[in-house]
Amino acid sequence: MTIVAAFLICSGVFFLFMGAVGLIRFPDFYTRMHAAGKCDTLGSLLILTGLACAEGFHLSSLKLMVIALFIFFTSPTATHAIARAAHRSRVPFWTEEDNK
Amino acid sequence: MTYSFFLAVSLIILLAVLLSLYRVVAGPSIIDRIVSVNVIGTKTIAVIVLTGYLFERVEFFIDIAFLYALINFIGALALSRYFEQKGVEHSRSPQ
Repeated sequence: MTIVAAFLICSGVFFLFMGAVGLIRFPDFYTRMHAAGKCDTLGSLLILTGLACAEGFHLSSLKLMVIALFIFFTSPTATHAIARAAHRSRVPFWTEEDNK
Repeated sequence: MTYSFFLAVSLIILLAVLLSLYRVVAGPSIIDRIVSVNVIGTKTIAVIVLTGYLFERVEFFIDIAFLYALINFIGALALSRYFEQKGVEHSRSPQ
């Protein structure tokens, strides 16, 4: 069980770190949002699940799973709301000309 | 699950927070900053729970993390609604 928890936590940290790198490196707002939204949700979910596995059957692990479920629903909702605000106010897309 | 493992994981996440903070400071438009702050908030939830393991007070810190997740969600939603109505100022060239 400890090995499974360590694996989950390490992969979650990997996803969070790669999301941060994508947030820096990508060229426009929508691609940044693509990196940030998904990597962040999955990374947090993996870390919280790994900590719940490390805890075993306990009240804290139940609370950790509730937080994970909450993030699973709210993080994509927040991402969608922000992307909709950007799209409504016509933030420009990245095109091939911007690369030159 | 040892103390040093949790410490290392927290430090790596804090490094990722530092990387995201670059986008908050240098983001060309306000909406980039909102995304980065939302990302940092999500990372902070994990860091708060890991801090609970470091101080061996997990039960309290989990409640704080849940509250933080709630506030993070409502803040992102409110900011995006506000700037959806107000409009986002942006330059043409996205960089």
